[in-house]
Amino acid sequence: MARKLAIGWFSFSCCEDSTIVFTELLNDHFDDWAKVIDFQHVRILKRSNKIHNLDVAFVEGAIASDHDALKLKEIRKNCKKLVAIGSCAINGMPSAQRNTFDDGKMKEIEFLIEKFHQAKKVRTIGDVVKVDGQVPGCPMAEAAFLDVLDKTLKEFKIV
Amino acid sequence: MKDVDIGIQNISKIEGHASLDIKVRGGEVKHVKLMFTENKRFFTQAIRGRSIDVLSQSVARICGTCSIAHTMCCIEATEKAMGIVPSEQTLLLKKLTMYGLMIRDHALHIYLFSLPDVFSVDSVLDFTPEHTHFLHDSFAIKRAGNLLDTVVAGRAVHAPFPQVGGFAQVPTNKDLQAIVPDLKLAREKLFPVLEEYYECPVDYSRSTDFVSLVGDDFDFLEGDILNSDGDVIKEKDYSTHLQQNVIPYSQAVGYKFDGDTYMVGALARINLNKRGLHPDTRRDAKKYLRSFPSRNIFHNNLAQGIEILHSIDHALDIIESHDFKPEPKIAFEKKACEGVGVIEAPRGTLYYHLDIDDKGLVKEGTIVVPTQQNQINMEQDIKALVERILPTHSKEQIKYEVEKLVRAYDPCISCATHFLEVNWI
Repeated sequence: MARKLAIGWFSFSCCEDSTIVFTELLNDHFDDWAKVIDFQHVRILKRSNKIHNLDVAFVEGAIASDHDALKLKEIRKNCKKLVAIGSCAINGMPSAQRNTFDDGKMKEIEFLIEKFHQAKKVRTIGDVVKVDGQVPGCPMAEAAFLDVLDKTLKEFKIV
Repeated sequence: MKDVDIGIQNISKIEGHASLDIKVRGGEVKHVKLMFTENKRFFTQAIRGRSIDVLSQSVARICGTCSIAHTMCCIEATEKAMGIVPSEQTLLLKKLTMYGLMIRDHALHIYLFSLPDVFSVDSVLDFTPEHTHFLHDSFAIKRAGNLLDTVVAGRAVHAPFPQVGGFAQVPTNKDLQAIVPDLKLAREKLFPVLEEYYECPVDYSRSTDFVSLVGDDFDFLEGDILNSDGDVIKEKDYSTHLQQNVIPYSQAVGYKFDGDTYMVGALARINLNKRGLHPDTRRDAKKYLRSFPSRNIFHNNLAQGIEILHSIDHALDIIESHDFKPEPKIAFEKKACEGVGVIEAPRGTLYYHLDIDDKGLVKEGTIVVPTQQNQINMEQDIKALVERILPTHSKEQIKYEVEKLVRAYDPCISCATHFLEVNWI
């Protein structure tokens, strides 16, 4: 069987709008993708997911806790290429909106930040690990994602 | 007598991140802790001080999959506060927008999330050849919902056209007519999955209460709040019936209705208002509607399927009978005011309560989402299920059954975790 591109799709703090766009892209692209893509870690689709030996990890959302930062580093170790997906992953917003809160608002949320072990500041994906590519938009721009995927399939000599 | 500790990290095929801890001692379930583990994004604080001109777009970012529900509920609360009565055409466009959302969002859930549980496989990617057509059926149905919202609302996620006082752009009749074949194809493709859920023997029945907004034509936007006891509550009076319950281990708060736990969502809506469904839906889903009222949460899947049919039938009616024309938005003067919006989001009743100052900035905003309301009920369902199957099922089997139950609720954790504990205004 021809080698397929092993992909992972991961979500951190965000509204997961790009995940929804991804599931909508399946409407028109699934038959073609199924021939060339191994959906190795896609929690929105599968119960059993494997993080090891991914060719490419698509990561949406911002990093709001040390726990998530560790998980992101683990993803980075297990993929050859990492692509930041959407606004929260690339520039933090709007998930990082609490970084801009004034003292009054910060005081209100302090105890929850502490109780649930969230980080003092919300970070972008690029603040935590090396990022090899990005798909901007809120949600991600479909055409930009298709372009990145196409280039990645060629880069890994799948097509 | 069994002692079992069951932990499920990162439940799959749901929207967002949730984990579960179950502790059984001497054959008795000591605790069920359903934890919404997504990090809070503090929208309650973030929207304070924000202008109503941009608010409906800001709150759309609470949730990717039901962003349109947040947009529509926020607009309704703002319009009620400002005393704006939308035009008849705007109301129809709002309904079409909601139908597009229901078609796409429900199809994602009943096919991609829950259907593998009916066939006892890991995912849609593992369907056997006799079942792969369901995957393609799901694409046809999701595509129809997506197209409807793209044409009417500008986009299926974070829709730009619906605004306070009207739609920024009114679709042309030609563009609407162009998607009629897609809607009709989706309708045709839907019946096999209704049959699967109707025949599926999975039964998680437990007696509980149901709450939903109930209106004449089941449009997810209009009506009064109704509960299982038949109490009818006006939208503006909601806060005297909802009680907040802090759940210390979860990044969300739960709710009770008049002191009782309850379920919101498609199952509640069909249980309380199946007579309100479109006549064509009632005719063609007659057999499936016999399952309702139902206490079996797995029937939430069948109820969502029936709502897809209803949404298609009602959308086709509107498109084929109405002549849409360009129409300016209703202009309004900003003033200090307060308004309540209540709609039925795909997963159940959604409440927005906005207190606005004279410059049109939000002083306080309270948002109550469906998954918060279902959280306590979900835990009680899980407890009852585990107690029932404990003597006969292995730990792995129990885990799988519990996951199926949670998935049947179609929880949306993104929505549920993005608020600080709310205070009634």
